[in-house]
Amino acid sequence: MTTEKKKELMRLATHIRMDILTEVYSANSGHPGGSLSIADTLAYLYSEVLRVDPEKPACPDRDRFVLSKGHTAPALYAVLAERGFIPKEDLTGFRNINSYLQGHPDMKHTPGCDMTSGSLGLGISAAAGMALGAKIQGKDFRVYAMLGDGELAEGQVWEASMFSAHYKLDNLCAFVDWNGLQIDGRIVDVMNSTPIDKKFRAFGWYVQVINGHDFDEIEKAVGKAKKTKGKPSVIILKTVKGKGVSYMEDKASWHGAAPNEEQYKLGMAELNAALEAIDA
Amino acid sequence: MADKKATREAYGEALAEFGAKYDKLVVLDADLAGATKTATFKKAFPERHFDCGIAEGNMVSAAAGLSTTGLIPFASSFAMFLAGRAFEQIRNSIGYPHLNVKLGATHGGITVGEDGATHQCLEDFSVMRTIPGMTVICPADATETRAAVEAAINFVGPVYLRFGRAATPVLFDKETYKFEIGKGVVMADGADVTIAANGYMVDIALQARELLKNDGIDAAVLNIHTIKPLDNELILSYANKTGAIVTAEEHNIIGGLGSAVCEAVCAVAPVPVLRVGVNDQFGRSGKVPPLLEYYGLTAANIAENCKKAISLKK
Repeated sequence: MTTEKKKELMRLATHIRMDILTEVYSANSGHPGGSLSIADTLAYLYSEVLRVDPEKPACPDRDRFVLSKGHTAPALYAVLAERGFIPKEDLTGFRNINSYLQGHPDMKHTPGCDMTSGSLGLGISAAAGMALGAKIQGKDFRVYAMLGDGELAEGQVWEASMFSAHYKLDNLCAFVDWNGLQIDGRIVDVMNSTPIDKKFRAFGWYVQVINGHDFDEIEKAVGKAKKTKGKPSVIILKTVKGKGVSYMEDKASWHGAAPNEEQYKLGMAELNAALEAIDA
Repeated sequence: MADKKATREAYGEALAEFGAKYDKLVVLDADLAGATKTATFKKAFPERHFDCGIAEGNMVSAAAGLSTTGLIPFASSFAMFLAGRAFEQIRNSIGYPHLNVKLGATHGGITVGEDGATHQCLEDFSVMRTIPGMTVICPADATETRAAVEAAINFVGPVYLRFGRAATPVLFDKETYKFEIGKGVVMADGADVTIAANGYMVDIALQARELLKNDGIDAAVLNIHTIKPLDNELILSYANKTGAIVTAEEHNIIGGLGSAVCEAVCAVAPVPVLRVGVNDQFGRSGKVPPLLEYYGLTAANIAENCKKAISLKK
């Protein structure tokens, strides 16, 4: 990856983080922590990987992205706005009665949103169904899905994992946002889903564990997943919940809480500084 | 004696028949293909049948994903494990985004028989019809099953179809029978009371009509195969015409066809409605005839309720 490309991705990810903060602050509600932790991966996917077109968001041959951890909708809406699927000014309507931007993704009313999600465990199954649909119809689109590490406690994730390996869905690539926190605390304390890599490997997946904030590693892992034949891929992203906003980092309390005005200004100032530092 | 065939049998045959006509049709099952009869489709189209193993939640959400790629998936299991176990997946993966998935639920009702209460789903009409935009159908016989399956294929949106395990009489002629989602069928006209039934209870309602004749009572029989959207027009016209209704279904009397009919008439044509069904109980093991007797799903009990309903008329 060239330095220029990396800077471009960093700028995009930082804009996504600013949008996330703005959405949650505007709504005075929402889930910033797990949205911020996936900003880099979403920036990379929507910039470098997904074969999608904001002019034709429902194109049948497009790649799909399913946000199985649907509560991090602010991150999805942010990247959709940054890539031109939805107007950026709509983001401040997030969770508002007059807006189409629902608290959790609604595929029927949000251009570029490929699956309704929010109830944990359901999205990965839907993604597997899409991947199977591509195989049945001989289409070459790929399906990407984002799971949370807390979400792995849902039994359906493992039903879907068995199903995806059984039907050799090598056109499916799942990510696990391994930020180590869920609403009630550390995942190892609330319900220990580790070792995540060994579980997926035992279920027949091609497993990679990477730094989810490093674009070189994301690029390499997505490339390897694309080349993997005969089995689905999972990329386990070691991330920091709340990444990029100092007071939110690695704090379970920011799973589902909105910043007040002072906190919002502080967060935006930090992100602005980060943006300036990219080109410094 | 009419021919007998289980509606689940007709379901499997219909899938296999229409598989040739509709190339977007794919079928999912959860390790019950032999019992739900989707195995009949699998035999004809092995490359379009996907066993999901004993994992109904994943099957339902995967069907949702499949439908977004332009395919028309039928996902099958026993009614208990579809409408029951996978209720939340049906609501959130299929109902909320209004996806084009068909749910073929077999082994509905009490006539599951020997397997008993854990497998006798008596709540599916109730929970399925509370999902906005869901169509809920329970065909009365094998002919109507075939027609309902094709109607569901051509209907864009989620459809829940309930079939039975037991062989039941064939009531309609395959060559001439016309089926329309949401349009009830007048099986017999009548003046004194209306029996609104679905599934196997349509045949039993016709038997009740014969019993009532002996007492000089002229009962109309309606086949309300679509519980949602309900044929309000037909039900209200018979409420006005006969002044009393008895509903009959293989379902808890709470929440199913009986409740739907009450909801339809209460505001605009309030007439007595008595509900024949399983009276807020779980099922139990047994052969079909004694089970029907035990729970009062009989012609005699329907006839008795008709007389009561007539006596309640103002």
